[in-house]
Amino acid sequence: MPAVPRRRKSSLAPPTFWLLAPAVVFLALWTQVPLVLTLYYSFQRFILVNPDLRGFVGFENYLSLLTDPAFWVSLERTLVLVLSSLGVTLVFGLVLGLLFFQRFPGRAWMRTLAISPFFVMPVVSALIWKNMLMHPVYGLLSWLFRTLGLPPVDWLAQYPMPSIVAIVAWQWIPFATLLVLTGLQSLPADVLEAARIDGAGPWQEFRYIVLPHLARTLSVVVMLETIFFLSLFAEIYTATSGGPGLATTTLPYLIFLKAFAEYRIGVAAAGAIFAVILANLVALFLLRFIGRNLRAEVRG
Amino acid sequence: MKRLRPWLLSLLGFLASFLLFFPILWMFLTAFKREEDAFSLQPVLLFTPTLQSIAEAWTRSDYLLHVQNSLIASLGSTALALVLAIPAAYAMAFYPGPRTTTLLLWMISTKMMPPVGAVVAVYLVYRTLGWLDNIWTLALLYTAINLPVVVWTVYAYFREIPAEILEAARVDGAGVKEEILRVLLPVAVPGLASAALLSVILAWNEAFWSLILTSAQAAPLAVYVASFKTAEGLFWAKMSAASLFAVLPVMVMGWLAQRQLVSGLTFGAVK
Amino acid sequence: MKRIGRLVVGVLALGGVAGAQTTITIATVNNPDMIVMQKLTPEFQKKYPDIRVNWVILPENELRQKVTLDISSGTGAYDIMTIGTYEAPLWGKNGWLVPFENVPATYDLNDVLKPVRDGLSYGGKLYALPFYAESSMMYYRKDLFAQKGITVPGQPRWTQVAQWAQQLHNPRGGVYGICLRGLPGWGENMAFISTLVNTFGGRWFDESWRPQLTSPEWKQAISFYVDLVTKYGPPGVTSNGYTENLTLFSQGNCAMWVDATVAAGYLANPKTSKVADKVGFAQAPIAVTPNGSHWLWSWALAIPKSSKKVEAARTFIYWATSKEYIELVGRTEGWVAVPPGTRLSTYRNPNYLRAAPFAEIVLKAIQTADPTKPTAKPVPYTGIQYVSIPEFQAIGTQVGQFIAGIVTGRYSVDEGLAQAQAAVEKIMREAGYLR
Repeated sequence: MPAVPRRRKSSLAPPTFWLLAPAVVFLALWTQVPLVLTLYYSFQRFILVNPDLRGFVGFENYLSLLTDPAFWVSLERTLVLVLSSLGVTLVFGLVLGLLFFQRFPGRAWMRTLAISPFFVMPVVSALIWKNMLMHPVYGLLSWLFRTLGLPPVDWLAQYPMPSIVAIVAWQWIPFATLLVLTGLQSLPADVLEAARIDGAGPWQEFRYIVLPHLARTLSVVVMLETIFFLSLFAEIYTATSGGPGLATTTLPYLIFLKAFAEYRIGVAAAGAIFAVILANLVALFLLRFIGRNLRAEVRG
Repeated sequence: MKRLRPWLLSLLGFLASFLLFFPILWMFLTAFKREEDAFSLQPVLLFTPTLQSIAEAWTRSDYLLHVQNSLIASLGSTALALVLAIPAAYAMAFYPGPRTTTLLLWMISTKMMPPVGAVVAVYLVYRTLGWLDNIWTLALLYTAINLPVVVWTVYAYFREIPAEILEAARVDGAGVKEEILRVLLPVAVPGLASAALLSVILAWNEAFWSLILTSAQAAPLAVYVASFKTAEGLFWAKMSAASLFAVLPVMVMGWLAQRQLVSGLTFGAVK
Repeated sequence: MKRIGRLVVGVLALGGVAGAQTTITIATVNNPDMIVMQKLTPEFQKKYPDIRVNWVILPENELRQKVTLDISSGTGAYDIMTIGTYEAPLWGKNGWLVPFENVPATYDLNDVLKPVRDGLSYGGKLYALPFYAESSMMYYRKDLFAQKGITVPGQPRWTQVAQWAQQLHNPRGGVYGICLRGLPGWGENMAFISTLVNTFGGRWFDESWRPQLTSPEWKQAISFYVDLVTKYGPPGVTSNGYTENLTLFSQGNCAMWVDATVAAGYLANPKTSKVADKVGFAQAPIAVTPNGSHWLWSWALAIPKSSKKVEAARTFIYWATSKEYIELVGRTEGWVAVPPGTRLSTYRNPNYLRAAPFAEIVLKAIQTADPTKPTAKPVPYTGIQYVSIPEFQAIGTQVGQFIAGIVTGRYSVDEGLAQAQAAVEKIMREAGYLR
């Protein structure tokens, strides 16, 4: 926090309006305006390859989706993907964060290697996993299973969603790890000393000191990952194309299919509005849940 | 904490980092194999490295064009984002008003909106304007996507800078522009660098808008690599070779700037 | 000032010389023959040094999406599009393609096989020139069949195929009884499944355009298919499209494969196939009727109206679909690898006949594949492995996904077909075919 009091608006103050305007206008133009347009299109029948069929159709597109079992499946798939990925990344992120917080030889370069997956392009990650690791005949996992005498597993066909979760988790565990590490680094050492003097064991240390301290960091991880996971696309597009059947068709992927594979813009727009509503609900829920917990921590 | 022996921790650390890094390493090695070695029932560990697969991946499409597109999209969007963000962050950090918090929260909220919410409209508008398959218009879009993050990171950094420095410049009679350009920016370089780094990484790796809005001329590396998503006979070596340059620059940047990225990605919540 | 002036003039002059160069962008599929075409581009440049070719190679589903989007929105990103007998008549009808009129005599248009030419025309005008054409047929491992003492007739039946698959299925030895397409896509798994349904006596729509996916013929065909691939197919069936199965068979992992005739060249070529000397060829299996048992398809090169380089594009297309190109491939890649199915001259060429033991079977298959008579019962549409209506892309994509879901056990055959039927009915109603 700056020590000198800031100047309030005076005759010498710069025109903050003009300093802020470009960024705000730019952002509004590219995010809010499309949203309004999407709303408009959701009330139209608009088939890209058959332009003569345009017309206002009221809520028909919304009804079409609500009566489409694929829509409900995609909602469920989205939740499964987000929650599973959250769970896996949080657990492993916590474990690895704690691990790399300890002092041991080689930890610097090991940590550098361990966080690498996060920077790999999602398309590349999906291709590596789909082909070189998970391919049921020529993949490394298949070779491993065969060496162990087990029948090879066709991961992407038999366990499509868990496979996608694995690919996503592989990329995001480093993210969670980094954040946990950074959060741990702000843990005051004297609190730990006091606890140790009082005879606390490692588990108690963890449960009553470390975890509460990390509450804020973990909530940031949950918030950010949820935002990103709700709109995961590249991994599904590259690895499974939403299949088999609808097993990995999340809401964003369904909207993509409706718009660019079935060319039904109106229905896709309606789906997009549903996606925005979903994102807002999740954000609201998260803010309340995390806000409440954080306040409890601060008070208690 | 865990009172384990250092060597045991080293072992665990090694296992974890090896398992996490292995797929990348494997891809890297595969890029230098012939297809027969890459696509075999038994993994080939000892092989004579060759540049053949790299040559094939690089000539199958105009690889340099794809690299150029990725560079334009990421560097261009970052540059524009900084140009827009710096004045805004300056205003919010040094001249906060009653609406500052609302403005910041609004910016974050635009990042929370799922891209599918805008894709249909953006595609159609771009199509009408003739902006499809154009790397510069894609860069404009990336600017908007990354702007909230850049603004937040720069804002958080500006707040750490004492206002006296600016006071001194103002006393000397400098206007707002000089204040920012000659005094603030040189001091703020680390914060600007981390914001820029973050924006470049996010834009480089992006694969949703790029797949939908580009076709031939504007396809960045992400789109070219995605064209390997179905089998083409023996193709893993080519696929890995195509991915090499798509991955290396960003990974190295990430290595060098781990801490700043954490701060940037969490909008300064975790420092 | 004077120096700058001279500089500007100099640069403009250079630009004038370089400006004679046109760059055309071609979008194509990642099939082996196309990749060869790309490899041979330097030969084209030698002949036409002022035309540069920019390649966009995509997997089939993605290519179709991109190209359909581009042409329906008039974006003009591509000067040459690789399309098939599905798109050419429909897009020709919409006025989206530049027709091929006044084809030079040296090109010898009459040499191009008639069914293929017809398949790429609408209203008497030709809208694309074929790069290769195909039907479907059966490939099998002569050596494995000989080991079990089985002889394959020229026209096998599906009941026989099921038996053979069981006898030859040997996963531990790395050989699967039969490899079939399972990758969802109207041009991927649905191409094969449509022919299977046809030969089992089924059809997509009745004369009043009512979808027939819950008919007994469909149930029989799909049950048969699912049974066959889950019991005797390779793992990962639903990820296997044409190119994946091509790889599997050529690496020696399949005892049988029913798919495009264009694969024959690749499989019989020792440069690309480990089983080149062990491949046997037969007609595509039949069940109740021979109608629609094997498809007719051609990947052809077309020019969208939105292209600004029509002349250059035409030059390239004439080159790539000419007799000279076929001879070029014959010389550089081997005669077994030339793009097949387009010209009668190929099938009269002694070099080709010598190198390609499958030539007669392929020619017969193409000549007997009749898109105007695809089914046992009458239908209001044309098309063997697809239905020639614009809505079929959406229909085929969705049904393909459901069938993949049946294969992976997500739905039973009845559930999956019921859902597919509902989806198709929805689309047909919204498009106005049904009340």
